[in-house]
Amino acid sequence: MPFIPHTEQEIREMLDTIGVNAIEDLFDEIPPGLRCGELERVPPALSEMEVGQLMGRRAREDGQPVCFIGAGAYDHHIPAAVWQLTTRGEFYSAYTPYQAEASQGTLQLVYEYQSMMTALTAMDVSNASLYDGASALAEAVLMAVRFNRKSKSRRVLIPRSVHPAYRRVVHNIVRNQGIELVELAYDPVGGHIDPALLEPYSGQDITALVIPQPNFFGVLEEVDALTDWAHANKALAIGVVNPLALSVLTPPGEWGEQGADICCGEGQPLGAPLSSGGPYFGFMCCRRALVRQMPGRIIGRTLDLDGKTGYSLTLQAREQHIRRSKATSNICTNQGLMVTAATIHMALLGSEGLARVAAACHANTAGLVARLSCIEGVEPLFDRPVFHERVFCLPVAANSLLRSLAAHNVLGGFDLARDYPELGSAILVCATEKRSDEEMNAFADKLERVIGMQAGAPCQLQPKDW
Amino acid sequence: MSNVPNELKYAKSHEWVRNEGDGSVTVGISDHAQELLGDLVFVELPEVGAKVDAGGESAVVESVKAASDVYSPVAGQVVAVNQALADTPETINQDPFGEGWMFKIEMSTPSQLDELMDAAAYTDIIESEEH
Repeated sequence: MPFIPHTEQEIREMLDTIGVNAIEDLFDEIPPGLRCGELERVPPALSEMEVGQLMGRRAREDGQPVCFIGAGAYDHHIPAAVWQLTTRGEFYSAYTPYQAEASQGTLQLVYEYQSMMTALTAMDVSNASLYDGASALAEAVLMAVRFNRKSKSRRVLIPRSVHPAYRRVVHNIVRNQGIELVELAYDPVGGHIDPALLEPYSGQDITALVIPQPNFFGVLEEVDALTDWAHANKALAIGVVNPLALSVLTPPGEWGEQGADICCGEGQPLGAPLSSGGPYFGFMCCRRALVRQMPGRIIGRTLDLDGKTGYSLTLQAREQHIRRSKATSNICTNQGLMVTAATIHMALLGSEGLARVAAACHANTAGLVARLSCIEGVEPLFDRPVFHERVFCLPVAANSLLRSLAAHNVLGGFDLARDYPELGSAILVCATEKRSDEEMNAFADKLERVIGMQAGAPCQLQPKDW
Repeated sequence: MSNVPNELKYAKSHEWVRNEGDGSVTVGISDHAQELLGDLVFVELPEVGAKVDAGGESAVVESVKAASDVYSPVAGQVVAVNQALADTPETINQDPFGEGWMFKIEMSTPSQLDELMDAAAYTDIIESEEH
Protein backbone atom coordinates (compact mmCIF):
# COMPACT_ATOMS: atom_id res chain seq x y z
CA MET A 1 0.00 0.00 0.00
CA PRO A 2 1.65 3.27 -1.06
CA PHE A 3 1.93 6.12 1.40
CA ILE A 4 1.87 9.29 -0.69
CA PRO A 5 2.40 12.63 1.04
CA HIS A 6 0.36 15.67 0.14
CA THR A 7 1.32 17.73 -2.89
CA GLU A 8 2.18 21.42 -2.59
CA GLN A 9 -1.13 22.22 -4.24
CA GLU A 10 -3.11 20.13 -1.76
CA ILE A 11 -1.34 21.76 1.15
CA ARG A 12 -2.15 25.20 -0.33
CA GLU A 13 -5.82 24.25 -0.73
CA MET A 14 -6.04 22.99 2.85
CA LEU A 15 -4.42 26.15 4.21
CA ASP A 16 -6.76 28.32 2.13
CA THR A 17 -9.77 26.36 3.34
CA ILE A 18 -8.98 27.04 6.98
CA GLY A 19 -7.79 30.59 6.24
CA VAL A 20 -4.15 30.26 7.20
CA ASN A 21 -1.21 31.62 5.19
CA ALA A 22 1.50 29.12 5.99
CA ILE A 23 1.96 25.89 7.95
CA GLU A 24 4.26 27.78 10.30
CA ASP A 25 1.30 29.98 11.36
CA LEU A 26 -0.37 26.89 12.82
CA PHE A 27 2.30 26.83 15.53
CA ASP A 28 1.81 30.48 16.57
CA GLU A 29 0.29 29.64 19.91
CA ILE A 30 3.48 27.91 21.10
CA PRO A 31 5.55 30.55 22.97
CA PRO A 32 8.74 31.37 20.99
CA GLY A 33 10.90 30.44 24.00
CA LEU A 34 9.69 26.86 23.74
CA ARG A 35 10.43 26.53 20.02
CA CYS A 36 13.81 25.07 19.16
CA GLY A 37 14.22 27.33 16.14
CA GLU A 38 16.78 26.57 13.49
CA LEU A 39 18.97 23.53 14.19
CA GLU A 40 22.48 24.89 14.46
CA ARG A 41 24.72 21.86 14.50
CA VAL A 42 23.36 20.04 11.51
CA PRO A 43 26.11 19.96 8.88
CA PRO A 44 25.36 20.93 5.27
CA ALA A 45 23.73 18.30 3.10
CA LEU A 46 25.93 15.66 1.46
CA SER A 47 25.35 14.03 -1.89
CA GLU A 48 24.42 10.35 -2.03
CA MET A 49 27.98 9.53 -3.12
CA GLU A 50 29.48 11.46 -0.21
CA VAL A 51 27.13 9.82 2.29
CA GLY A 52 28.07 6.42 0.88
CA GLN A 53 31.77 7.17 1.31
CA LEU A 54 31.30 8.50 4.84
CA MET A 55 29.31 5.45 5.90
CA GLY A 56 31.85 3.14 4.29
CA ARG A 57 34.61 4.84 6.30
CA ARG A 58 32.64 4.53 9.54
CA ALA A 59 31.89 0.86 8.86
CA ARG A 60 35.58 0.14 8.26
CA GLU A 61 36.38 1.71 11.64
CA ASP A 62 34.20 -0.99 13.23
CA GLY A 63 36.33 -3.64 11.55
CA GLN A 64 35.13 -7.19 11.11
CA PRO A 65 35.88 -8.67 14.53
CA VAL A 66 35.07 -12.27 15.37
CA CYS A 67 32.25 -12.12 17.91
CA PHE A 68 32.16 -14.23 21.06
CA ILE A 69 29.77 -11.87 22.85
CA GLY A 70 26.23 -13.00 23.46
CA ALA A 71 24.59 -11.53 26.56
CA GLY A 72 21.20 -11.09 24.92
CA ALA A 73 22.07 -10.45 21.25
CA TYR A 74 23.55 -13.22 19.13
CA ASP A 75 25.63 -13.42 15.98
CA HIS A 76 23.64 -15.94 13.96
CA HIS A 77 23.71 -16.76 10.27
CA ILE A 78 20.79 -15.17 8.42
CA PRO A 79 19.97 -16.70 5.02
CA ALA A 80 20.30 -14.10 2.25
CA ALA A 81 16.68 -14.62 1.24
CA VAL A 82 15.42 -13.27 4.57
CA TRP A 83 16.31 -9.63 4.01
CA GLN A 84 15.96 -9.85 0.24
CA LEU A 85 12.27 -10.59 0.83
CA THR A 86 11.80 -8.46 3.94
CA THR A 87 12.94 -5.27 2.22
CA ARG A 88 10.48 -5.64 -0.65
CA GLY A 89 8.36 -2.51 -0.94
CA GLU A 90 5.20 -4.37 0.04
CA PHE A 91 6.61 -5.10 3.50
CA TYR A 92 8.77 -2.06 4.00
CA SER A 93 6.83 -0.21 6.67
CA ALA A 94 7.33 -0.68 10.38
CA TYR A 95 3.67 -0.08 11.15
CA THR A 96 0.73 -2.43 10.98
CA PRO A 97 -1.77 -0.30 9.11
CA TYR A 98 -4.80 0.94 11.02
CA GLN A 99 -7.02 0.11 8.03
CA ALA A 100 -5.74 -3.36 8.58
CA GLU A 101 -8.06 -5.42 6.39
CA ALA A 102 -6.91 -3.48 3.32
CA SER A 103 -3.45 -5.01 3.82
CA GLN A 104 -4.16 -8.70 3.52
CA GLY A 105 -0.51 -9.55 2.91
CA THR A 106 0.59 -7.90 6.14
CA LEU A 107 -2.20 -9.61 8.05
CA GLN A 108 -1.32 -13.00 6.60
CA LEU A 109 2.29 -12.49 7.62
CA VAL A 110 1.35 -11.58 11.19
CA TYR A 111 -1.03 -14.56 11.30
CA GLU A 112 1.79 -16.87 10.23
CA TYR A 113 4.19 -15.26 12.71
CA GLN A 114 1.71 -15.76 15.53
CA SER A 115 1.11 -19.37 14.48
CA MET A 116 4.86 -20.08 14.44
CA MET A 117 5.46 -18.42 17.81
CA THR A 118 2.68 -20.38 19.49
CA ALA A 119 4.11 -23.58 18.00
CA LEU A 120 7.60 -22.68 19.24
CA THR A 121 6.48 -21.74 22.76
CA ALA A 122 3.55 -24.20 23.10
CA MET A 123 1.43 -21.27 24.30
CA ASP A 124 -2.14 -20.55 23.17
CA VAL A 125 -1.70 -17.07 21.67
CA SER A 126 1.01 -14.67 20.52
CA ASN A 127 0.84 -10.92 20.03
CA ALA A 128 2.29 -9.16 17.01
CA SER A 129 5.51 -8.14 18.84
CA LEU A 130 6.84 -5.41 21.14
CA TYR A 131 9.89 -3.16 21.06
CA ASP A 132 12.45 -5.59 22.48
CA GLY A 133 12.94 -8.35 25.01
CA ALA A 134 13.37 -6.00 27.95
CA SER A 135 10.18 -4.02 27.38
CA ALA A 136 8.35 -7.27 26.61
CA LEU A 137 9.25 -8.47 30.11
CA ALA A 138 8.02 -5.19 31.60
CA GLU A 139 4.74 -5.62 29.73
CA ALA A 140 4.52 -9.22 30.95
CA VAL A 141 4.91 -8.03 34.56
CA LEU A 142 2.19 -5.39 34.12
CA MET A 143 -0.03 -7.97 32.44
CA ALA A 144 0.45 -10.43 35.29
CA VAL A 145 -0.45 -7.77 37.85
CA ARG A 146 -3.62 -6.87 35.92
CA PHE A 147 -4.66 -10.49 35.51
CA ASN A 148 -3.86 -11.90 38.94
CA ARG A 149 -6.56 -9.97 40.78
CA LYS A 150 -6.64 -12.48 43.64
CA SER A 151 -3.16 -11.29 44.59
CA LYS A 152 -3.29 -7.94 46.37
CA SER A 153 0.42 -7.51 47.02
CA ARG A 154 1.57 -6.56 43.49
CA ARG A 155 4.87 -8.25 44.40
CA VAL A 156 6.83 -9.83 41.59
CA LEU A 157 9.86 -12.07 42.17
CA ILE A 158 12.59 -11.47 39.62
CA PRO A 159 15.83 -13.48 39.82
CA ARG A 160 19.21 -11.79 39.51
CA SER A 161 19.92 -14.38 36.84
CA VAL A 162 17.57 -12.40 34.55
CA HIS A 163 19.40 -10.13 32.07
CA PRO A 164 20.52 -7.03 34.05
CA ALA A 165 19.36 -4.65 31.31
CA TYR A 166 15.93 -6.29 31.36
CA ARG A 167 15.75 -5.84 35.13
CA ARG A 168 16.61 -2.15 34.78
CA VAL A 169 13.99 -1.61 32.10
CA VAL A 170 11.33 -3.47 34.08
CA HIS A 171 12.19 -1.39 37.13
CA ASN A 172 11.95 1.86 35.15
CA ILE A 173 8.58 0.97 33.64
CA VAL A 174 6.81 -0.45 36.70
CA ARG A 175 8.36 1.45 39.62
CA ASN A 176 5.75 4.20 39.66
CA GLN A 177 2.82 1.83 39.33
CA GLY A 178 2.82 0.46 42.85
CA ILE A 179 4.51 -2.78 41.85
CA GLU A 180 7.24 -4.21 44.05
CA LEU A 181 10.05 -6.10 42.37
CA VAL A 182 11.82 -8.51 44.70
CA GLU A 183 15.21 -9.70 43.48
CA LEU A 184 16.08 -13.34 44.07
CA ALA A 185 19.70 -14.33 44.60
CA TYR A 186 21.11 -17.05 42.38
CA ASP A 187 22.86 -20.14 43.64
CA PRO A 188 26.62 -19.35 43.67
CA VAL A 189 27.54 -22.90 42.65
CA GLY A 190 24.95 -23.63 39.98
CA GLY A 191 24.31 -20.07 38.77
CA HIS A 192 20.60 -20.83 38.79
CA ILE A 193 17.59 -20.24 41.04
CA ASP A 194 17.54 -23.19 43.38
CA PRO A 195 13.82 -23.83 44.00
CA ALA A 196 14.73 -24.28 47.67
CA LEU A 197 15.71 -20.58 47.73
CA LEU A 198 12.02 -19.76 47.16
CA GLU A 199 10.92 -21.40 50.39
CA PRO A 200 11.01 -18.14 52.41
CA TYR A 201 8.33 -16.81 50.03
CA SER A 202 6.07 -19.85 50.18
CA GLY A 203 2.63 -19.02 51.50
CA GLN A 204 3.15 -15.29 50.93
CA ASP A 205 1.05 -13.22 48.57
CA ILE A 206 3.19 -13.21 45.42
CA THR A 207 1.72 -11.92 42.16
CA ALA A 208 4.17 -13.44 39.71
CA LEU A 209 7.52 -15.18 39.38
CA VAL A 210 9.86 -14.43 36.49
CA ILE A 211 11.70 -17.51 35.16
CA PRO A 212 14.56 -17.06 32.66
CA GLN A 213 15.44 -19.96 30.33
CA PRO A 214 18.31 -20.04 29.69
CA ASN A 215 19.24 -17.41 32.24
CA PHE A 216 21.67 -14.55 31.63
CA PHE A 217 24.63 -16.79 32.49
CA GLY A 218 23.53 -19.27 29.83
CA VAL A 219 22.55 -21.67 32.62
CA LEU A 220 19.38 -23.76 32.36
CA GLU A 221 16.93 -23.16 35.19
CA GLU A 222 14.76 -25.81 36.84
CA VAL A 223 11.75 -24.42 35.04
CA ASP A 224 9.33 -27.22 35.98
CA ALA A 225 9.90 -26.86 39.71
CA LEU A 226 9.84 -23.04 39.53
CA THR A 227 6.61 -22.99 37.52
CA ASP A 228 4.93 -25.42 39.89
CA TRP A 229 6.11 -23.37 42.87
CA ALA A 230 4.55 -20.25 41.36
CA HIS A 231 1.22 -21.95 40.76
CA ALA A 232 1.21 -23.58 44.20
CA ASN A 233 1.57 -20.07 45.62
CA LYS A 234 -1.14 -18.59 43.36
CA ALA A 235 1.46 -16.60 41.45
CA LEU A 236 1.69 -16.39 37.68
CA ALA A 237 4.75 -17.91 36.00
CA ILE A 238 6.40 -15.59 33.46
CA GLY A 239 9.03 -17.19 31.23
CA VAL A 240 11.79 -15.07 29.66
CA VAL A 241 13.15 -17.28 26.94
CA ASN A 242 15.55 -17.41 24.03
CA PRO A 243 13.33 -18.40 21.09
CA LEU A 244 16.11 -20.33 19.37
CA ALA A 245 16.73 -22.42 22.49
CA LEU A 246 13.05 -23.41 22.52
CA SER A 247 13.65 -25.53 19.44
CA VAL A 248 15.58 -27.95 21.65
CA LEU A 249 14.31 -27.18 25.18
CA THR A 250 10.91 -27.81 26.75
CA PRO A 251 8.71 -24.89 25.65
CA PRO A 252 7.15 -22.67 28.35
CA GLY A 253 3.65 -23.96 27.60
CA GLU A 254 4.81 -27.35 28.91
CA TRP A 255 6.72 -26.25 32.00
CA GLY A 256 5.61 -28.06 35.16
CA GLU A 257 2.07 -29.31 35.67
CA GLN A 258 0.24 -26.44 33.99
CA GLY A 259 2.80 -24.60 31.87
CA ALA A 260 3.88 -20.97 32.16
CA ASP A 261 1.15 -18.32 32.02
CA ILE A 262 3.09 -15.77 29.96
CA CYS A 263 6.31 -16.06 28.03
CA CYS A 264 8.29 -13.31 26.39
CA GLY A 265 11.77 -12.58 25.15
CA GLU A 266 14.04 -11.06 22.57
CA GLY A 267 13.32 -12.00 18.97
CA GLN A 268 16.71 -10.93 17.59
CA PRO A 269 18.08 -14.50 17.23
CA LEU A 270 15.36 -15.09 14.62
CA GLY A 271 16.73 -13.24 11.63
CA ALA A 272 17.70 -9.80 12.94
CA PRO A 273 21.35 -8.77 12.50
CA LEU A 274 23.28 -7.44 15.51
CA SER A 275 23.41 -3.90 14.02
CA SER A 276 25.00 -2.24 17.06
CA GLY A 277 22.00 -3.07 19.21
CA GLY A 278 18.90 -2.75 17.08
CA PRO A 279 16.29 -2.58 15.84
CA TYR A 280 15.27 -5.88 17.40
CA PHE A 281 11.83 -7.01 18.52
CA GLY A 282 10.19 -8.42 21.61
CA PHE A 283 7.78 -11.31 21.50
CA MET A 284 5.04 -12.26 23.90
CA CYS A 285 2.80 -15.30 24.17
CA CYS A 286 0.29 -16.32 26.82
CA ARG A 287 -2.42 -18.72 27.86
CA ARG A 288 -5.82 -18.08 26.33
CA ALA A 289 -7.27 -16.99 29.68
CA LEU A 290 -4.92 -13.98 29.74
CA VAL A 291 -5.52 -12.83 26.19
CA ARG A 292 -7.62 -9.79 27.18
CA GLN A 293 -4.70 -8.48 29.20
CA MET A 294 -2.12 -9.00 26.48
CA PRO A 295 -0.97 -5.80 24.76
CA GLY A 296 -1.23 -5.74 21.01
CA ARG A 297 -3.39 -7.49 18.49
CA ILE A 298 -4.23 -10.94 17.20
CA ILE A 299 -4.86 -11.77 13.56
CA GLY A 300 -7.29 -14.53 12.61
CA ARG A 301 -7.89 -16.49 9.42
CA THR A 302 -11.41 -16.60 8.11
CA LEU A 303 -13.49 -16.92 4.94
CA ASP A 304 -14.96 -13.97 3.06
CA LEU A 305 -18.44 -13.85 1.49
CA ASP A 306 -17.16 -15.71 -1.55
CA GLY A 307 -15.67 -18.47 0.57
CA LYS A 308 -12.10 -17.31 -0.05
CA THR A 309 -9.49 -17.24 2.70
CA GLY A 310 -9.04 -13.84 4.29
CA TYR A 311 -7.34 -12.41 7.35
CA SER A 312 -8.79 -10.03 9.91
CA LEU A 313 -8.01 -8.31 13.15
CA THR A 314 -9.57 -10.74 15.60
CA LEU A 315 -8.57 -8.95 18.78
CA GLN A 316 -7.50 -5.37 19.14
CA ALA A 317 -10.10 -3.92 21.49
CA ARG A 318 -7.56 -3.10 24.18
CA GLU A 319 -5.22 -1.15 21.91
CA GLN A 320 -4.58 2.49 22.56
CA HIS A 321 -6.54 3.90 19.62
CA ILE A 322 -9.65 2.17 20.94
CA ARG A 323 -9.26 2.18 24.71
CA ARG A 324 -7.15 5.33 25.09
CA SER A 325 -6.22 5.63 28.78
CA LYS A 326 -7.47 2.09 29.46
CA ALA A 327 -5.33 0.43 26.82
CA THR A 328 -3.40 -2.64 27.95
CA SER A 329 -0.28 -0.81 26.82
CA ASN A 330 0.60 2.48 25.26
CA ILE A 331 3.87 1.22 23.87
CA CYS A 332 2.56 -1.72 21.90
CA THR A 333 3.76 -0.39 18.56
CA ASN A 334 5.13 -3.47 16.95
CA GLN A 335 8.39 -3.99 15.14
CA GLY A 336 6.66 -5.06 11.95
CA LEU A 337 9.72 -5.25 9.74
CA MET A 338 11.68 -7.32 12.26
CA VAL A 339 8.68 -9.63 12.61
CA THR A 340 8.60 -9.97 8.84
CA ALA A 341 12.24 -11.04 8.87
CA ALA A 342 11.65 -13.44 11.77
CA THR A 343 8.68 -15.04 10.03
CA ILE A 344 10.63 -15.57 6.83
CA HIS A 345 13.65 -16.78 8.82
CA MET A 346 11.59 -19.35 10.73
CA ALA A 347 9.79 -20.44 7.55
CA LEU A 348 13.10 -20.98 5.74
CA LEU A 349 14.72 -22.93 8.57
CA GLY A 350 11.67 -24.81 9.75
CA SER A 351 11.53 -26.48 13.15
CA GLU A 352 14.26 -28.92 12.14
CA GLY A 353 16.56 -26.17 10.90
CA LEU A 354 16.11 -24.13 14.08
CA ALA A 355 16.87 -27.20 16.19
CA ARG A 356 20.03 -27.84 14.15
CA VAL A 357 21.19 -24.24 14.66
CA ALA A 358 20.51 -24.52 18.40
CA ALA A 359 22.39 -27.82 18.60
CA ALA A 360 25.33 -26.37 16.65
CA CYS A 361 25.50 -23.38 19.03
CA HIS A 362 25.45 -25.71 22.01
CA ALA A 363 28.17 -27.94 20.54
CA ASN A 364 30.37 -24.97 19.57
CA THR A 365 30.08 -23.47 23.03
CA ALA A 366 30.95 -26.82 24.62
CA GLY A 367 34.01 -27.00 22.35
CA LEU A 368 35.03 -23.45 23.25
CA VAL A 369 34.59 -24.14 26.96
CA ALA A 370 36.91 -27.14 26.63
CA ARG A 371 39.55 -25.03 24.85
CA LEU A 372 39.39 -22.03 27.20
CA SER A 373 39.36 -24.20 30.32
CA CYS A 374 42.82 -25.45 29.42
CA ILE A 375 44.28 -21.97 29.87
CA GLU A 376 46.06 -21.21 33.14
CA GLY A 377 43.77 -19.31 35.50
CA VAL A 378 40.71 -19.43 33.22
CA GLU A 379 38.00 -21.24 35.12
CA PRO A 380 34.46 -21.97 33.92
CA LEU A 381 31.96 -20.94 36.54
CA PHE A 382 28.68 -22.63 37.54
CA ASP A 383 28.27 -26.37 37.22
CA ARG A 384 24.74 -26.56 35.76
CA PRO A 385 24.05 -27.33 32.07
CA VAL A 386 24.20 -24.36 29.70
CA PHE A 387 22.65 -23.59 26.30
CA HIS A 388 25.21 -21.57 24.33
CA GLU A 389 26.93 -19.30 26.86
CA ARG A 390 29.27 -19.81 29.78
CA VAL A 391 30.79 -17.63 32.49
CA PHE A 392 34.57 -17.73 32.94
CA CYS A 393 36.62 -16.36 35.82
CA LEU A 394 39.89 -14.74 34.75
CA PRO A 395 43.23 -14.27 36.47
CA VAL A 396 43.51 -10.68 35.14
CA ALA A 397 41.16 -7.71 34.94
CA ALA A 398 38.40 -8.46 32.41
CA ASN A 399 38.14 -4.98 30.92
CA SER A 400 41.78 -4.60 29.93
CA LEU A 401 41.88 -8.18 28.69
CA LEU A 402 38.84 -7.61 26.47
CA ARG A 403 40.43 -4.41 25.13
CA SER A 404 43.59 -6.28 24.19
CA LEU A 405 41.59 -9.00 22.48
CA ALA A 406 39.62 -6.38 20.56
CA ALA A 407 42.91 -4.99 19.31
CA HIS A 408 43.45 -8.49 17.92
CA ASN A 409 40.06 -8.36 16.20
CA VAL A 410 38.34 -10.62 18.71
CA LEU A 411 35.30 -9.62 20.77
CA GLY A 412 36.09 -11.98 23.60
CA GLY A 413 32.99 -11.78 25.75
CA PHE A 414 30.80 -9.61 27.96
CA ASP A 415 32.41 -8.08 31.06
CA LEU A 416 30.29 -9.01 34.09
CA ALA A 417 32.05 -6.62 36.51
CA ARG A 418 29.42 -3.89 36.46
CA ASP A 419 26.38 -6.09 36.95
CA TYR A 420 27.86 -8.92 39.02
CA PRO A 421 30.81 -7.48 40.97
CA GLU A 422 30.63 -10.47 43.35
CA LEU A 423 32.00 -12.69 40.56
CA GLY A 424 35.30 -10.80 40.48
CA SER A 425 36.95 -10.65 37.08
CA ALA A 426 34.52 -12.64 34.97
CA ILE A 427 33.26 -12.68 31.39
CA LEU A 428 30.29 -14.25 29.66
CA VAL A 429 31.30 -16.03 26.45
CA CYS A 430 29.15 -17.34 23.58
CA ALA A 431 29.96 -19.36 20.46
CA THR A 432 27.11 -19.47 17.95
CA GLU A 433 26.88 -21.80 14.96
CA LYS A 434 28.92 -19.23 12.99
CA ARG A 435 32.14 -19.77 14.97
CA SER A 436 34.53 -22.12 13.20
CA ASP A 437 37.11 -24.39 14.87
CA GLU A 438 39.76 -22.10 13.43
CA GLU A 439 38.21 -19.01 15.03
CA MET A 440 37.78 -20.74 18.38
CA ASN A 441 41.39 -22.00 18.34
CA ALA A 442 42.63 -18.52 17.47
CA PHE A 443 40.52 -17.04 20.30
CA ALA A 444 42.01 -19.51 22.80
CA ASP A 445 45.55 -18.79 21.59
CA LYS A 446 45.12 -15.04 21.81
CA LEU A 447 43.42 -15.26 25.20
CA GLU A 448 46.29 -17.33 26.57
CA ARG A 449 48.89 -14.94 25.18
CA VAL A 450 47.13 -11.81 26.47
CA ILE A 451 46.70 -13.34 29.92
CA GLY A 452 50.36 -14.35 29.88
CA MET A 453 51.41 -10.79 29.09
CA GLN A 454 49.03 -9.14 31.55
CA ALA A 455 49.57 -11.56 34.43
CA GLY A 456 53.30 -11.32 33.97
CA ALA A 457 55.66 -14.21 34.44
CA PRO A 458 56.20 -16.27 36.46
CA CYS A 459 52.61 -17.48 36.81
CA GLN A 460 51.61 -17.98 40.41
CA LEU A 461 49.09 -20.64 39.62
CA GLN A 462 49.76 -24.34 39.56
CA PRO A 463 50.10 -25.75 36.04
CA LYS A 464 47.17 -27.88 34.97
CA ASP A 465 47.71 -31.47 33.94
CA TRP A 466 46.25 -31.85 30.49
CA MET B 1 -37.56 2.32 20.49
CA SER B 2 -35.65 0.69 23.31
CA ASN B 3 -37.34 -1.16 26.09
CA VAL B 4 -37.27 0.80 29.41
CA PRO B 5 -39.00 -1.20 32.18
CA ASN B 6 -40.90 0.97 34.63
CA GLU B 7 -39.89 -0.84 37.81
CA LEU B 8 -36.16 -0.07 37.41
CA LYS B 9 -33.97 2.95 38.14
CA TYR B 10 -31.42 4.27 35.65
CA ALA B 11 -28.10 6.10 35.56
CA LYS B 12 -27.11 8.62 32.88
CA SER B 13 -24.29 6.28 31.88
CA HIS B 14 -26.96 3.71 30.86
CA GLU B 15 -26.84 1.26 33.74
CA TRP B 16 -30.08 -0.02 35.27
CA VAL B 17 -30.61 -0.80 38.94
CA ARG B 18 -33.20 -3.08 40.52
CA ASN B 19 -33.85 -2.61 44.23
CA GLU B 20 -34.08 -6.08 45.72
CA GLY B 21 -35.63 -4.68 48.89
CA ASP B 22 -33.07 -6.30 51.19
CA GLY B 23 -30.45 -3.56 51.04
CA SER B 24 -29.00 -4.91 47.83
CA VAL B 25 -29.42 -3.93 44.19
CA THR B 26 -28.86 -5.73 40.90
CA VAL B 27 -27.06 -3.81 38.14
CA GLY B 28 -26.92 -4.26 34.38
CA ILE B 29 -26.77 -2.16 31.24
CA SER B 30 -29.90 -0.93 29.49
CA ASP B 31 -31.43 -2.19 26.30
CA HIS B 32 -30.46 1.15 24.75
CA ALA B 33 -26.81 0.65 25.80
CA GLN B 34 -26.60 -2.85 24.34
CA GLU B 35 -28.11 -1.57 21.08
CA LEU B 36 -25.48 1.15 20.86
CA LEU B 37 -22.64 -1.26 21.58
CA GLY B 38 -23.75 -3.98 19.20
CA ASP B 39 -22.78 -7.65 19.61
CA LEU B 40 -20.95 -8.11 22.89
CA VAL B 41 -17.91 -10.37 22.81
CA PHE B 42 -16.47 -10.02 26.31
CA VAL B 43 -17.48 -8.90 29.78
CA GLU B 44 -15.00 -8.16 32.54
CA LEU B 45 -16.78 -8.36 35.89
CA PRO B 46 -15.75 -7.01 39.28
CA GLU B 47 -14.60 -9.35 42.01
CA VAL B 48 -17.02 -10.46 44.68
CA GLY B 49 -16.09 -8.55 47.82
CA ALA B 50 -14.79 -5.51 45.94
CA LYS B 51 -15.82 -2.10 47.27
CA VAL B 52 -17.26 0.26 44.66
CA ASP B 53 -18.11 3.95 44.67
CA ALA B 54 -21.17 5.51 43.11
CA GLY B 55 -20.05 6.39 39.61
CA GLY B 56 -16.91 4.24 39.94
CA GLU B 57 -15.72 1.92 37.19
CA SER B 58 -16.87 -1.57 38.03
CA ALA B 59 -16.93 -3.61 34.86
CA VAL B 60 -16.02 -3.49 31.19
CA VAL B 61 -18.18 -4.56 28.28
CA GLU B 62 -16.52 -5.13 24.97
CA SER B 63 -18.38 -5.34 21.68
CA VAL B 64 -17.31 -5.72 18.10
CA LYS B 65 -17.28 -1.90 17.98
CA ALA B 66 -15.90 -0.68 21.28
CA ALA B 67 -14.88 -1.42 24.83
CA SER B 68 -16.79 0.57 27.44
CA ASP B 69 -16.65 0.94 31.18
CA VAL B 70 -19.69 0.11 33.28
CA TYR B 71 -20.10 2.36 36.32
CA SER B 72 -21.71 1.34 39.55
CA PRO B 73 -24.75 3.57 40.11
CA VAL B 74 -24.50 3.20 43.91
CA ALA B 75 -21.74 2.71 46.46
CA GLY B 76 -21.27 -0.53 48.34
CA GLN B 77 -19.77 -3.97 48.16
CA VAL B 78 -20.08 -6.44 45.31
CA VAL B 79 -21.87 -9.51 46.66
CA ALA B 80 -22.48 -11.46 43.44
CA VAL B 81 -21.48 -11.38 39.78
CA ASN B 82 -23.11 -13.09 36.81
CA GLN B 83 -20.37 -15.59 35.97
CA ALA B 84 -22.41 -17.01 33.08
CA LEU B 85 -21.55 -13.87 31.09
CA ALA B 86 -17.91 -14.99 30.86
CA ASP B 87 -18.92 -17.67 28.37
CA THR B 88 -22.04 -16.06 26.91
CA PRO B 89 -21.64 -12.26 26.83
CA GLU B 90 -24.34 -12.17 24.14
CA THR B 91 -26.88 -12.79 26.89
CA ILE B 92 -26.69 -9.04 27.54
CA ASN B 93 -27.80 -8.38 23.96
CA GLN B 94 -30.62 -10.89 24.23
CA ASP B 95 -31.98 -10.14 27.69
CA PRO B 96 -30.35 -7.00 29.16
CA PHE B 97 -32.81 -6.63 32.04
CA GLY B 98 -33.07 -10.32 32.96
CA GLU B 99 -30.45 -13.02 32.39
CA GLY B 100 -28.02 -10.29 31.29
CA TRP B 101 -27.64 -8.81 34.79
CA MET B 102 -24.03 -8.07 35.67
CA PHE B 103 -23.49 -7.72 39.42
CA LYS B 104 -25.25 -7.26 42.76
CA ILE B 105 -24.24 -4.66 45.31
CA GLU B 106 -24.90 -4.45 49.03
CA MET B 107 -25.55 -0.71 49.32
CA SER B 108 -23.61 1.35 51.82
CA THR B 109 -25.71 4.48 51.15
CA PRO B 110 -29.24 3.38 50.15
CA SER B 111 -30.33 7.01 49.75
CA GLN B 112 -28.26 7.11 46.55
CA LEU B 113 -31.10 5.18 44.90
CA ASP B 114 -33.23 8.32 45.09
CA GLU B 115 -30.72 10.21 42.96
CA LEU B 116 -31.18 7.83 40.03
CA MET B 117 -33.68 8.39 37.23
CA ASP B 118 -37.01 6.68 36.82
CA ALA B 119 -38.07 5.15 33.51
CA ALA B 120 -39.69 8.33 32.23
CA ALA B 121 -36.66 10.50 32.89
CA TYR B 122 -34.35 7.92 31.32
CA THR B 123 -36.59 7.68 28.26
CA ASP B 124 -36.24 11.46 27.88
CA ILE B 125 -32.43 11.09 27.99
CA ILE B 126 -32.44 8.41 25.30
CA GLU B 127 -34.75 10.44 23.09
CA SER B 128 -32.65 13.57 23.46
CA GLU B 129 -29.58 11.52 22.47
CA GLU B 130 -31.38 10.25 19.41
CA HIS B 131 -32.29 13.71 18.14
